[in-house]
Amino acid sequence: MASIRGVSAKSFGLKDNKSALPYLLLAPGLVYLAVFFIYPIISLGQMSTKTSSGEIGQYKQSFRFANYVDAFLESKEQFSRSFIYATIATVLALAIAYPLAYAIAFKSGRWKNVLLVLIVAPFFTSFLLRTIAWKQILGEEGPVIKVLRGLHIISPQTTLTATSFAVVTGLAYNFLPFMTLPLYASLERIDPRTLEASGDLYANGFTTFRKVTLPLSMPGVVAGTLLTFIPAAGDYINAAILGSPSNKMLGNVIDARFFKIVDYPTAAALSFTLMAAILILVTVYIRKAGTEELV
Amino acid sequence: MAVDASTSARGDLILKNLTKSYGDFNAVDDLSLVIPKGSFFALLGPSGCGKTTTLRMVAGLEEPTAGSIFVGETEITDMKPYRRPVNTVFQNYALFPHLSIFENIAFGLRRRGISDAEVKSAVDKVLNLVELPQLATRKPNQLSGGQQQRIAVARAIVNRPALLLLDEPLGALDLKLRRQMQIELKWIQTEIGITFVHVTHDQEEAMTMADTIAVMNKGKIEQMGSPEELYDSPKTAFVANFLGQSNLIPGQVSGNDGNNLIVDLFGTKVSVPKARSSAHGVSVLVGIRPEKFRISPEGKNVSGNVLTGGKVSDVSYIGVSTQYQVEMPWGKELMVFEQNDDDEEMLRKGENVTLSWEPIFTFALDGSENAAAGSH
Repeated sequence: MASIRGVSAKSFGLKDNKSALPYLLLAPGLVYLAVFFIYPIISLGQMSTKTSSGEIGQYKQSFRFANYVDAFLESKEQFSRSFIYATIATVLALAIAYPLAYAIAFKSGRWKNVLLVLIVAPFFTSFLLRTIAWKQILGEEGPVIKVLRGLHIISPQTTLTATSFAVVTGLAYNFLPFMTLPLYASLERIDPRTLEASGDLYANGFTTFRKVTLPLSMPGVVAGTLLTFIPAAGDYINAAILGSPSNKMLGNVIDARFFKIVDYPTAAALSFTLMAAILILVTVYIRKAGTEELV
Repeated sequence: MAVDASTSARGDLILKNLTKSYGDFNAVDDLSLVIPKGSFFALLGPSGCGKTTTLRMVAGLEEPTAGSIFVGETEITDMKPYRRPVNTVFQNYALFPHLSIFENIAFGLRRRGISDAEVKSAVDKVLNLVELPQLATRKPNQLSGGQQQRIAVARAIVNRPALLLLDEPLGALDLKLRRQMQIELKWIQTEIGITFVHVTHDQEEAMTMADTIAVMNKGKIEQMGSPEELYDSPKTAFVANFLGQSNLIPGQVSGNDGNNLIVDLFGTKVSVPKARSSAHGVSVLVGIRPEKFRISPEGKNVSGNVLTGGKVSDVSYIGVSTQYQVEMPWGKELMVFEQNDDDEEMLRKGENVTLSWEPIFTFALDGSENAAAGSH
């Protein structure tokens, strides 16, 4: 046996191929990440502790970690707003996407594929255009405000654009597919017979949802909320287009510091703070949701 | 708590004129049936015969187009599944993948608000019954197919339903495990005394376990009875062919001598017990099971019913028996199974033979039956 194994391994060179192949496959991705993620992150980190050398746009490294404290104190309002808006938008998107994904997974029959294409359809237009369109929808001449005013739900003086309402609904709208698709994927995987079994074991429709459907769709809920919350917390387009100056999020501050004020160290420090905050929140969330306990 | 049929209703399962139509196709066609309390009942038939649809209507997972369903005195036709005194063992088990084995089994008990202490003792008891007490904390995907099957049974019977429905529960298991589970299920049923309604397309499975078998075909029951009854006295060609194998030979009734009909089979007279004939007229199909034939070289002295002039056209040796195809003078082949329990030499292909059998092993069907119905 040993000799047979020795011969086959040697003559086909199986062992060598096996150990090299994974690295070969990983290489393009690793190189890409090194050039376009790791290097920028390092240079961003270096930038965040620099101070001005006197001239505009010129900085020297002085390891001033107080940059972080200054940056945070200056924009803590936008910082907390980012997280509040992102949280509300995520909850809103979940509330809209869950029934939607549920209907597509279990009730759509032969329309399933058409509906899935419709979910993805917004991606065919640019993010920016969609947000501008959203401004039109909520604007003075748009249908939403006319209906709401006609029904006397809002007073004739109230506007919808340039409000936190517009920013949050815009975020929820823009990231809805990221919520819907993972939810659909995990709902669709549920064996309908487990739902029948639940009914057979004395659970009514609501209990079946609570005890079987919901727990089995938790991986989708976790994935969907992460895919919505993370980009929403860092987003600045919605606040820039749909909000007023009092609805600015941290993304807008970073944008302004980088491109308008040309204050790179503050912008870099804020970027890092945002990244760290999201990372911590996500870690806590995943721990709480206990995804490793799920199938 | 209000009186709930899920715990109170007991008694026979009665189906009255049950029909399920999809468009103008009747999956289940005007089915009436009484399944006595405490029996092990099998619904046997090929796929698409309506057996699973019948089961799902009893479980409340399909709505009947017409007819009604009773458990004892209680009508359950329009009851929600979760209110019925019925539990189901699903094909592929449908265990809850996110719950431990303990919680899977406890699911039904918890929904009925039973106290933790009682749940614990009931689950432990049923885990011991299926001999898997060590698996309580595992998840379903950590179990083998056979173990999952037993847990699915445990999850259903722990609720002490009036009726346990089994939908091809052994279909996913390999042959050896299936045999073992057949014996185990039968034992569990005897132990707990719940009515079992077992749906299967496997005639051997039905015969091993059930007290009563209903053979279904095209939405109707062809014949119902004990395994022996169905095997020895099939009333239709479908039953004769679906339950085991049969040789069906067309003939004419030419007279009778007391308890027997005398039938002319292509010129040879054979006798058939009247009690085993379901023929209405002169034209009949005479049925003989392949293992009831004795096969002997031509010219040998034989008794009973005798058919001469056969010629062996195929021989296959399969260990316990030898299977012969014998071509008869009228052009059709008959199947003969000969036990390999003596030192008689095996007959060879092309040899001329005489077939004989005891008259009591003969049955007769009406001549209008299609001799090929239900063949495998």
